[in-house]
Amino acid sequence: MTSVAEMKAIAGPSEIMEVSMGPHHPSTHGVFRMDVRLEGERVVRLKPVFGYLHRNHEKIAEHGAYLAAIPYTDRLDYLCSMTNNWGYVLAVEKLAGLQVPERAEYIRVIVAELTRFQNHAGLIGFLLQDMGASGTPLMYAFREREKILDLFESLSGARMMCNYMRFGGVRVDCSAEWLDEVRRLVATLPRFLGEFEALLRSNEILMARTQGVGVLPRELAINAGVTGPMLRASGVNYDIRKVDKYGIYDRFDFRVPLGEHGDVYDRYMMRLLEMAETVKILEQALRNIPAGPVMDPKAKLRGLRPKVGEAYGRIESPKGELGFFLISDGSTIPYRYRVRPPSMINLTVLEDMCLGQNIADVVITLGSVDIVLGEVDR
Amino acid sequence: MSDLLNAEEVKAQIEAGVPGSHVTVIPNGSPSGQHSLLLDNEHAFAVASFLRDHPALRLDYCSLVTGVDWLDTETTEKIRVKKVVDGVETEAEETRKTKVPGYLEAVYHLFSIEKKHGPVILRMRTANRTGQTQLPSLTPVWRSCEFQEREAFDLYGIVFVGHPDLRRILMWDGFADFPMRKDYHPPADGVPVAEVHA
Amino acid sequence: MLGEGIIQGLMETARNFFGSYVEKERLVTVQFPEERRSLPEATRQFPFLLYDGDDPERGLRCVSCQICEKECPPRCIHIEKSKDRKPDFVGKQQFYPAVFNIDVSVCMSCQICVEVCPFDAIRMDTEFELSTSDRFGGLLWTKRELARSNEYYRQIHPTEAGECDERRAKELADAQAKAAAAAAAAAAKAAQAAAAPAAASNGAPGSGAKSEPAKKVVTQ
Repeated sequence: MTSVAEMKAIAGPSEIMEVSMGPHHPSTHGVFRMDVRLEGERVVRLKPVFGYLHRNHEKIAEHGAYLAAIPYTDRLDYLCSMTNNWGYVLAVEKLAGLQVPERAEYIRVIVAELTRFQNHAGLIGFLLQDMGASGTPLMYAFREREKILDLFESLSGARMMCNYMRFGGVRVDCSAEWLDEVRRLVATLPRFLGEFEALLRSNEILMARTQGVGVLPRELAINAGVTGPMLRASGVNYDIRKVDKYGIYDRFDFRVPLGEHGDVYDRYMMRLLEMAETVKILEQALRNIPAGPVMDPKAKLRGLRPKVGEAYGRIESPKGELGFFLISDGSTIPYRYRVRPPSMINLTVLEDMCLGQNIADVVITLGSVDIVLGEVDR
Repeated sequence: MSDLLNAEEVKAQIEAGVPGSHVTVIPNGSPSGQHSLLLDNEHAFAVASFLRDHPALRLDYCSLVTGVDWLDTETTEKIRVKKVVDGVETEAEETRKTKVPGYLEAVYHLFSIEKKHGPVILRMRTANRTGQTQLPSLTPVWRSCEFQEREAFDLYGIVFVGHPDLRRILMWDGFADFPMRKDYHPPADGVPVAEVHA
Repeated sequence: MLGEGIIQGLMETARNFFGSYVEKERLVTVQFPEERRSLPEATRQFPFLLYDGDDPERGLRCVSCQICEKECPPRCIHIEKSKDRKPDFVGKQQFYPAVFNIDVSVCMSCQICVEVCPFDAIRMDTEFELSTSDRFGGLLWTKRELARSNEYYRQIHPTEAGECDERRAKELADAQAKAAAAAAAAAAKAAQAAAAPAAASNGAPGSGAKSEPAKKVVTQ
């Protein structure tokens, strides 16, 4: 029998093949393309290509009033419209110096953590689907997501494009019944989480498939501006909820899970562990939510004219650091409106993670990054 | 913001640490109070490396890179000039118009993951909006600038010298214009988009 | 043991499969369109225009102030102001929209038009089965297609409509009280004027103009 090395010697150096994965490829989670150069099955070069969904979100926002940009932020990362709203209103609140009433802060935390939960559940479902666990985990994740989206609908009127937050508060107050619904749901989440974890966590095939694949070293992760669960999977303790303590996150007792190896398995586990922390935050927020107004009386819906200046507001969205940078020229329209899209910046290291791996591993490495093309392309 | 990250303080540290560099503090009038530092383009790269490696600052994480377009502006001021007409000195009022050339600006928001502080905001400005739009690239210092500088190049036309792979990122390769500039107008319906063909 | 994790996972699958027969929590799907779930009250799809009474043309609440047109993020509303005026629910003379079009192929259901409307004239519908075979005309809704009665509003958003009706009733009562006060003041002035014949010619026309709106309210 000839060994692989001998076979290589007989066949000579293998040819380099260029493959264009995408833009219409089921594993790319949208219209995303990777120009991959392969030597056999090994990746020797990978360049992400995007912009197929580009609609110049920033230019649109620079043409409308401050208020008019909120529904457009829903459409950035269309799975997490609540956190997108929050990032933007936080930047405007910094720019205009608005205060947020306590009840509104609590509602924001509740909806943002529900968003984080459904985003992570969905991502795990998709990631496992990419690995070949067709359907089952994704369906379980979507079943829970559906219940959360129903809650969003009864609160804000829309399941995905919530358009719920406003500068200085939230658009409508939540009812006591709604809070009871959330409590009932949150009470069932730990059981779902336990089952979801037991489903595949110690599955031998999954471990063999993901451990040691797509490793992202700690130093590179920091230097490349990777944020969110991906950064923490590489062992860097950086969660903006803890660092900036925006909103009222300093009041909650939760831990930041950290990975060790920075591989796909760690990134998968990171989401599972964060979901458990999210449930903890939700329980505390639902226990302590006070009564009161939900809008800053100083806040104006129309004709907001912040002073000349600029502000950068950032939050920990489920995908990483979502920031909004605004420059005001004193008019009702932002002079400069810029989004820091975590999905796009996390893609910077895609090539580094995939080099030397098999082409099949590219799919799960990309899946573990957690991108939404609405945010990458804007 | 801690005292360490006070704009004046950082400016003093930079000017001491990078000889020859010139830093201007740009105040910010909004309640956010995030003041920024304008760097001179020759020393920007050295300043960036200095800020990243400084043991107390350790700004190891560049969060956001933004392009901003500032149009040419015209300021008018009224001045009194003395004129000698027919041997008689008279004072007349004249309006003098000064054209202030616009520029493109790149804004960098730096944070420290190690020290958990920030932001320190850096700015760089091009000489004008048309011919000289070069700025030094900070991608070799922070990899996170790679895509965002490409985006600023794509949408604003800022040419980052030293960027490893400066191509269009969101628009397609043949696209000729810079759509985020303030004077850009999209073509009307039915009119083909301007393209360049290599 | 190798394979333990796989068996563990299969047990979860089995639990969910058999559980779906007994637990409603595990089986959340319904057989649409035979089976329908009731929509939450806050649901929003596309805007409609409210009218009072039973004439969609005369009772339209919109006064053509064009705030929604300006604030609409995707600019899908087109309004043309009328030349003449008609009285609104408190009897004040107001413009009305000669043309009010919403291009629902552009509308993104954000509800900002509803939030900025100071006249409670535009609200969000809950109807979502709106497919049409006409791509342009069928998706450009005119004033007539947009008009819905207040009864319909009460039916789809009972809480919100209740608050809205209450507010409007209060506004109407305030206006009536104000008009009555004005009329009383005018009457008193007229009486005074009658007492002092010299001032009668100045007082009479003014009092007549003031009492006019009050009369209108009564007739409505």
